[in-house]
Amino acid sequence: MFEFCLPAILGGKCIPSAALFGQLLIGLINGSFYALLSLGLAVIFGMLNIINFAHGAQYMLGAFTAYLLLQLTGLGYWPALVIAPIVVGITGIIVERTMLQWLYKLDHLYGLLLTFGIALILEGVVRNKYGSAGLPYTLPDSLRGGQNLGFMFLPNYRAWVIGASLVVCFGTWFIIERTRLGAYLRAATENPTLVRAFGINVPRMITLTYGFGVALAAFAGVMAAPIYNVSPQMGSELIIVVFAVVVIGGMGSILGAIFTGFGLGVIEGLTKVFFPEASNTVIFVIMAIVLLVRPAGLFGRRA
Amino acid sequence: MKRLFLGAAALAALVLVGGAQAQQPINVKIGIITDMSSLYADIAGPGSVAAARLAIADFKKLHPNVNVEILVGDHLNKPDVGTQLANQFIDVDKVDMLIDTPNSGVALAISQVAANKNVIYIVSGAAASDLTGPKCNANTIHWTYDTWMLANGTGSALVKTGGTSWFFLTSDYAFGHALERDTMAVVKASGGNVIGAVRHPLNTNDFSSFLLQAQASKAKVIGLANAGGDTINSIKQAAEFGIVAGGQSLAGLLVFASDVNALGLKTAQGLVLTESWYWDMNDANREWKKRWDAERKDPSKLPTMIHAGVYSAILHYLKAVVAEGGAKDGKTMVAKMKSMPTDDILFGKGTIDPNGRKRHPAYLLEVKKPDESKYPGDIYKVRATIPADQAFRPAKDSGCPLVN
Repeated sequence: MFEFCLPAILGGKCIPSAALFGQLLIGLINGSFYALLSLGLAVIFGMLNIINFAHGAQYMLGAFTAYLLLQLTGLGYWPALVIAPIVVGITGIIVERTMLQWLYKLDHLYGLLLTFGIALILEGVVRNKYGSAGLPYTLPDSLRGGQNLGFMFLPNYRAWVIGASLVVCFGTWFIIERTRLGAYLRAATENPTLVRAFGINVPRMITLTYGFGVALAAFAGVMAAPIYNVSPQMGSELIIVVFAVVVIGGMGSILGAIFTGFGLGVIEGLTKVFFPEASNTVIFVIMAIVLLVRPAGLFGRRA
Repeated sequence: MKRLFLGAAALAALVLVGGAQAQQPINVKIGIITDMSSLYADIAGPGSVAAARLAIADFKKLHPNVNVEILVGDHLNKPDVGTQLANQFIDVDKVDMLIDTPNSGVALAISQVAANKNVIYIVSGAAASDLTGPKCNANTIHWTYDTWMLANGTGSALVKTGGTSWFFLTSDYAFGHALERDTMAVVKASGGNVIGAVRHPLNTNDFSSFLLQAQASKAKVIGLANAGGDTINSIKQAAEFGIVAGGQSLAGLLVFASDVNALGLKTAQGLVLTESWYWDMNDANREWKKRWDAERKDPSKLPTMIHAGVYSAILHYLKAVVAEGGAKDGKTMVAKMKSMPTDDILFGKGTIDPNGRKRHPAYLLEVKKPDESKYPGDIYKVRATIPADQAFRPAKDSGCPLVN
């Protein structure tokens, strides 16, 4: 059997190449969560110039909504995958209409502080009601089991996660970069007054965009519910990493968010094999290096 | 922070009843330092406060002249916040005793404060066996459980039933290292061998990479030397990757009833673990749970061994207070408590070792299958009882300077 070894300078640890393939695939799967979450953040920042710190809490709300749908109405995973993003997206729209819309003209810091406050409140309220230990949510029966790929056992659910994430990510990219609606949106970001003069309702479009970004977070939350612990703090644990992903990719760059999300998932996965203790710092090391070399991020347009 | 005074009306009534006995009133202040708002709030937190109130209510039935006031502080899982709270409780609020403290890091820090200021400190929530090992002191009692007990219970039981080779997933901080060290020692002493271990950062979301390594190791048992959300995520994802279906078994080295609730029986079934108390084991415990429920006012929560430990510890402390004729300084109270045998409805009869280790039986439990569970909270089968003299580390092996 072939072995893959690190250079001696990095410790020289070896693993069988089959195991390496497995770890690469796992990294891609985790990367698809990063991509989904950073995509929402990038859309919101790119279109609204708001740093949405409530993104983690909205991801958590998505998972909790899925749990509540199951408990209260008996609706399982598949309906939740559609309903939870809509419900949480609507709460996002309410937040945008009542609070965020007054902050666009101010410094980024105000939006960041407001959304950070919202995140803390949401997390506190959910913890007060449901406790800190978490809630059970099991795999949908249709996605139980898995495939033996020879080099690893791939659970069906993970295969679904990577597929769904790819479709959603590139679908979003296509809408914003390649359709008429996306063109309006990008134009509205550049020059809202002019776009308004053409008879387009810019504030409504911005509101819907925020709602869409929030819905993406909730979608990721539902995807996470069967495999990660559904707890009030599930979002705050992830959000810092996702912010790093967005910064590395270039704030507001959609393609950047997607590629960096997947790429960093792979790098983190490899770190878990060779230097497990460093696995939650490696992304920040990369972020520091990228910021030194390319301050606008890998895919950022403006320097 | 909340000050919780017992109802004035109830006090007035007790004064009327107790007046005839003409006993000297004894006033005691207890500071509960716990996690009220974060990841350990369900295993300790508000449930510990409820348990403390029950202990005080029960004690007052026999000794109406003892008045107890409770103060509650939230340590936010930060040793500096915990230390500052302990100092404030001792210096400003003049508490006589500190208790609870889930989180070994915070507990080790407060234990130092208690020793410096000569106040009694009873740990019910934290796990690290170092509290009664090299870091023991004459002011600290470790009540409910510790890493040695967990390792010994689950580790030796699994080796005996064929789990001879182990791979560890270990949380990369003091508690995880202690649990891994104690369990490895037990596995080796029982004739098993350790194939490998991987250290993961605290609060890891995705364990699939670590689980693949564990799977590839072909070890018969995967020992989870972690806690809380990390344990829940490991078990949830192990089920997904077919680890148990593939013939390897999981050992949850620190699993609480609340964690099993979070996993659901479908995912957690068959998991073997060790605890020192389970609510559904006998009528006395079930009766106590009803009263705890009424006090806790949240039907979705289960009392944990930490809650039971807070109840039991406060009762024993108050007995010592009465025996001393009042709440004395920490070293005196700890010495008194060590000299008296313990006895309460939840843990039965027990003792306290010279190093501050409370000794009682422990139970090897197995999580039930969904169809075996008949009502909410019906989660464990008792596989074995480990008698008090074997459940905890012998004092002479602890490395504690108090033992000679």
